[in-house]
Amino acid sequence: MLEIFTKLADWLVWGVFGLKPQSRFGEAVHFFIEDTAKIFTLLVIIVFAMGFLRAMIAPEKVRELVAGKSRFVSYPLAVMLGAVTPFCSCSSVPLFIGFLEAGIPLGVTMAFLIASPMINEVAVVLLAAILGWQVAALYVVAGMTVGIIGGLLIEALKLEKWVEEYVWQIRMGKVAMPEADTSWKGRFDFARREVREIVGRIWKYVLIGIAVGAFLHGYVPKAWLAEHASADNWLAVPLAALIGIPLYSSASGVIPVVESLLAKGVPVGTVLTLMMSVAAISLPEMIILRKVLKPQLIATFAGILFVAFIMVGYLFNGLFA
Amino acid sequence: MKEIIVYGSGCKTCQNAKDLIRQVAQDLGVDVDVKEVTDTAEILAAGVMSTPGIAINGQIVHVGSIPERATIEGWLKG
Repeated sequence: MLEIFTKLADWLVWGVFGLKPQSRFGEAVHFFIEDTAKIFTLLVIIVFAMGFLRAMIAPEKVRELVAGKSRFVSYPLAVMLGAVTPFCSCSSVPLFIGFLEAGIPLGVTMAFLIASPMINEVAVVLLAAILGWQVAALYVVAGMTVGIIGGLLIEALKLEKWVEEYVWQIRMGKVAMPEADTSWKGRFDFARREVREIVGRIWKYVLIGIAVGAFLHGYVPKAWLAEHASADNWLAVPLAALIGIPLYSSASGVIPVVESLLAKGVPVGTVLTLMMSVAAISLPEMIILRKVLKPQLIATFAGILFVAFIMVGYLFNGLFA
Repeated sequence: MKEIIVYGSGCKTCQNAKDLIRQVAQDLGVDVDVKEVTDTAEILAAGVMSTPGIAINGQIVHVGSIPERATIEGWLKG
């Protein structure tokens, strides 16, 4: 079904633009055109469908569901719900406090904050549509594993002392949340608004991702990547994790880069490590969290994430070699 | 006069929500008092976790996103 986008790019790039197949520039432009048309079409369809189904749940609901559960339940639940809970990064501070206030352990709260930006329903469906459900499933498992490992480590190290003191004083008010309109018209309006809001927010990341993917596709030889990014080069995974930590893109924006790297034969663990670390918490969000976390906790948190990304990368490279 | 409070950390989305409410009120010719609350403790005390949260006359009517123009018109007319 997606061949239609290849044909469109064939026609436009080789026909209308008159570029030569096999030329570096031609291949890069072809990738750019094909992926721009393909990804944006899929994005609109997926975001609309998710909005229509109201597949997302509010952070307030997550707080209610996770609070008071045993750790065997709360960790997996927090990372799973993180995947379908959209929130703007400027909500992370009230969210963090709200979770702790409900008695949710720090480790579980951090697991939620780690997993939420990494895995989201739109990126997962997009990944499945473009690279197959196996890669999408691996990514979900990888992201949830990182979230749980990260949270458990924070809990094991007893880092509550590095949460700003005022946080523990805050009491949250009770409020009846406005009901969602679930009539057909309500769903339709909501879905339309979601498309405008989400696509309006992430299009730049997606376009940058496609440009990077196109460059890799056209200009970086397979042999060069085979030499530097293969599973034999043990530095490739840590490097992928390191590159992504300060960078931020929405998870959907990394997909064209992932597509390009996998096609060039870079091992799946290395590629997923890169995708996770770019999509996960970034420098700007850490700065926002500085309001509630002391610098020591932020540094430890970044270190733990780095280690977790690397562990998962090696694990997957080992499993799927 | 309706008293509207926008609970938000001062991020762009919250600013936009506040501006949109003011704009809609002006277009409708409705007199409103739009306040912004940026203090984290106060935001949570109001029961808001996902910002922006919007309250009209002390009642939370919306959380987590910029409301639609039509929705705002509904609040201001009602």
